[in-house]
Amino acid sequence: MKPIVKAEVQNLLNQFINKDVYIHLETTNGAYASHLNENAYNVGAYIRNAKVSFDQAKIVQDGNIFRVGLKMEIGWIYAEGLTDWTMHEETKLLMAGHDREGRLMVSLQISETPFSY
Amino acid sequence: MEKHVVVIYPHPDDESFGAAGTMTQFREQGVPVTYLCGTLGEMGRNMGTPTFANRETLPEIRKQELIDACKALDIELRMLGYRDKTLEYEDRGEVAAHLKGILQEIKPSLVITHYPDHAVHPDHNALGAAAIEAVRLMDPADRPTVWAQALTEEIDGKVRERDIVNDVTAQFDTKLQAILAHKSQASPMLGLMNTEDKETIEAVKDRFNTESFFIWKYDD
Ligand SMILES: [Zn+2]
Repeated sequence: MKPIVKAEVQNLLNQFINKDVYIHLETTNGAYASHLNENAYNVGAYIRNAKVSFDQAKIVQDGNIFRVGLKMEIGWIYAEGLTDWTMHEETKLLMAGHDREGRLMVSLQISETPFSY
Repeated sequence: MEKHVVVIYPHPDDESFGAAGTMTQFREQGVPVTYLCGTLGEMGRNMGTPTFANRETLPEIRKQELIDACKALDIELRMLGYRDKTLEYEDRGEVAAHLKGILQEIKPSLVITHYPDHAVHPDHNALGAAAIEAVRLMDPADRPTVWAQALTEEIDGKVRERDIVNDVTAQFDTKLQAILAHKSQASPMLGLMNTEDKETIEAVKDRFNTESFFIWKYDD
């Protein structure tokens, strides 16, 4: 993956507007968080291949991290803490946020075809 | 001597960190070892250092790392096809029946798995419980011995002595080779070993030099 350039990713987001798309949305601090630090909590959420459609999509820059919000007819999807992106198999937009050690903390992925399951 | 050893863990790298030395000891005796790996670690957070994987490429990368590690350990590999971090939501009975079918085919004399509720990661606990259930479902006369690996100090509220404590110092080089095959996963953990701090290095070596297990006791 490469560091997010706002305009590039905004262009790609626009291409998914008003289409049936599959979403992968995930956030995690790892299964060992509370094992390694007893004051920590394991938190995470994960959804893969949710089929949705959005009519607005916006990427917002905040220092060197980014947020992406997708507006659906009856709701919202957003992800915070995104740092990197890539196009997977030329059709799947992958966005992710990594910590200093390169571990994934959050990811938002959009594709017109389902992600492997 | 064991006839055939089956190791059942959910993630590529559990075998290398948890039981590589023990498996190598069995291989040195000529005992066949089969690793049933539950998932491909699809949901791992480590993407390599520096990052070279992403959420979509990680499964194939970890699959190859797993194949390489098993080659280094000279063991047979079977991938069970479950998905990382979902094992505890699968039907326990279905997973146990799946494992029982494989065990009835291989007919091992020893099964190594995680100690349910004391293996920290939900997948470890769930697959360990299913493996123990799979053996329980077998005719008592046909059951292999089960070694359960706990990753917590305390078991049911108290520190309990492990039944099997294997010193794998003599197998450490092979174990390290297997760990390092998991390139996308090993570097953050082994980062500890690159420190100048002698105490840290010794602590890490100490941790990897011993592999310990409880012998599972069936009531019926
Ligand atoms: Zn594991």
